[in-house]
Amino acid sequence: MKRIFEDRRTALLLLAPALLVYTLVMLVPVVWSLGYTLLDGNAVAGFQYTGFDNFARLADDPKVWQAFTFTLKYAVVITTGQVLLGYVLAVFYVFVLRRSGSVVRTLTFFPVVLPTVAVALLFQKMFEIAPQNGLVNSVLNALGMGSVDWFGSAGTAFFVLALMDIWRSMGFYAVLLYTGLLDIPEEVLESARMDGASGWRLVRQIVLPLSLPVLVSSLIFSINGTLKVFDSVLALTNGGPGLGTTPLTLYMFQTSFSFGDYGYGSTIALLLTLVCLVVTLAVFRSARRDVNA
Amino acid sequence: MTPIRRTPRRTMLLLATGTVAALGVAACSGPADGGSASAGAEAEEFKFLVNTENTTIPDLLTSLSEGACSEQEAALPLSVETVPQTQLDQRLQLLAGQDALPAMYAAGNSPALTKELAENGQVLDFEQALADLGKEDAVLPAARSTIEALYGGFNVLPFQYNIEGIWYNETLFADNGIEPPATWDELVAAAQTLKDAGVVPFAASGEQGWPITRLISGYLFRDLGPDALQKVADGEAELTDPEYVAAAQAVADLGAAGFFSEGVGSIDYDTAFNQFTSGDAGMFYMGSWALSTFADPEANPIGADAVGFMPFPAVEGGAGDVDAYPSNVGLPMTFSAKAYGAGVDDWLGCLADSYGDASLTEANTISGFASTAQIEDPLAQQVQDTIAASDSSVLWFEALFGTQATTTSQTNAAQLLTGAISAEEFMSLVQADLDAE
Repeated sequence: MKRIFEDRRTALLLLAPALLVYTLVMLVPVVWSLGYTLLDGNAVAGFQYTGFDNFARLADDPKVWQAFTFTLKYAVVITTGQVLLGYVLAVFYVFVLRRSGSVVRTLTFFPVVLPTVAVALLFQKMFEIAPQNGLVNSVLNALGMGSVDWFGSAGTAFFVLALMDIWRSMGFYAVLLYTGLLDIPEEVLESARMDGASGWRLVRQIVLPLSLPVLVSSLIFSINGTLKVFDSVLALTNGGPGLGTTPLTLYMFQTSFSFGDYGYGSTIALLLTLVCLVVTLAVFRSARRDVNA
Repeated sequence: MTPIRRTPRRTMLLLATGTVAALGVAACSGPADGGSASAGAEAEEFKFLVNTENTTIPDLLTSLSEGACSEQEAALPLSVETVPQTQLDQRLQLLAGQDALPAMYAAGNSPALTKELAENGQVLDFEQALADLGKEDAVLPAARSTIEALYGGFNVLPFQYNIEGIWYNETLFADNGIEPPATWDELVAAAQTLKDAGVVPFAASGEQGWPITRLISGYLFRDLGPDALQKVADGEAELTDPEYVAAAQAVADLGAAGFFSEGVGSIDYDTAFNQFTSGDAGMFYMGSWALSTFADPEANPIGADAVGFMPFPAVEGGAGDVDAYPSNVGLPMTFSAKAYGAGVDDWLGCLADSYGDASLTEANTISGFASTAQIEDPLAQQVQDTIAASDSSVLWFEALFGTQATTTSQTNAAQLLTGAISAEEFMSLVQADLDAE
């Protein structure tokens, strides 16, 4: 077997199909899109070479920076929410529920398997104000408070979006982190306990350092996913009100396909790619230092 | 463990370059004719893509396919596909990019998009097509001139020929001693009276946005004159000029006074319609395409007799004429030039002959097609008379804007009413897009 893999031609032959598909569906569109950044136009009207005009426009476009700020805000809030709550849940599974928590684990994982659009519709109805009050406003009314137009301002719309996405994904991170926590040897925990560590101290000094690698993986997963958020925003608020909840991805999509400006849309995509790259590298480097320390 | 030997870099580089080049060539070498999959000659269906909100035209076409156009239906069956209006533009652009527009389709949310499609050969020239069929007189001259003014040529069909104004609930007005307001101040006073009586003064869809921005353009045309928005399009004026901001402020004031229902930004087109037709709201800015709904007792529980129509009120001291109605051909339908061919031309001929009558008699809607049918509904008659008596018309807020400014205007309109953004901010946002275009 070893000899087969050592043969360069065999390795190439085995790699070729996957490499071909990868090139076809990833690299070609990426290079293609990069080319569009130097063009102006769309598939209907044709394209014109405009040099670096799109980049100059990007620097001056207040909407891009609004979307960029929203993307970062969303990524920070949702990543913190889903990883933190996921970790709390995982600790809860391991130390409180132990082996008997499969029902709870299944229930918290359940939202992960639901289609995003269905969840978004559910939350739209729950936070609805017109034509009739949804569950949340009905509860507020019952408590003597007025109805809130949750999707009427950017702040409240973001709150609903954050709540939905954290609820939807914390079960996934809980399971991911749970598997990491299971890897911590029981003897280590036992000896820590015998040394008098318990509760918060046990988590902080033993569990947290030992589960750091899987925690870092979760962070990278989460940051990358949240920077590229699209479907949940589209389905819940469609970026509104105004541009209030529009991330870069949605702005890029609208620019390219609604406003028919493929060149500028590709330039926004490039910005997003660079942001993802920088953030991932930053997390990776700092994590490597921590893990190796 | 023996380490796996690495392939020399040069070989890998060559391989990768070769693969990318081969794929690039493959991707570029599409069929020379653009790969049109929906060319008329091969078509098996008369495909029609329409916005979901418009139920009148698909219903009428279905009815025609069973009656006057049954021969065409037998040769090329009608097939209707719908798309939400807010997603129509992107669908059209994607389909047009692949030369795959259906035989007939809703022509886009802004005339700018229709013009772009026309300039790139995606839209049928109806002047030529109707002449070839010997049906040049099928479209009324007034409707045709409206189309030419808006769409830069005879590029769309007037399945609707609308004027817009404010529909009001006559019963609610009578109960509260309100006369149809003739000026903006009277309109505000009437709204206050309705609000005090516990009625929502205005039904409007903030989700669609345009029923709100129409109030801004209405105010502008009455205050500054019919060329107010043409000046903006020509760069002679900006939306951020104080007299333009004043119009947005007047509409924002309506919102601040609580004249729209709570959560106006979440109210969709149908909900707004239901608010008015169920008697929950006193006034409703809408086009005359609403006639078909008003005439339907099931859709309009307050009854057609309780619905009145008034022009957008005058602004005191303003330069505009109250009889200049916003007129348009609705969200117009057009034919694909690429999918036009045998069978599709028969459909066009049949629609040219029969649509005008069917529209009036079956849907109670006034179209821009010539018709010999008599109007029976008094409300439709009133609108028809108004159209006949009016010798000037105005456009709507976004008529001369590009797609991006149109979207910005319509997606931010509800925020103007809720106070989430100020009148200045709203106008600046739209003006910024106009500047970018």
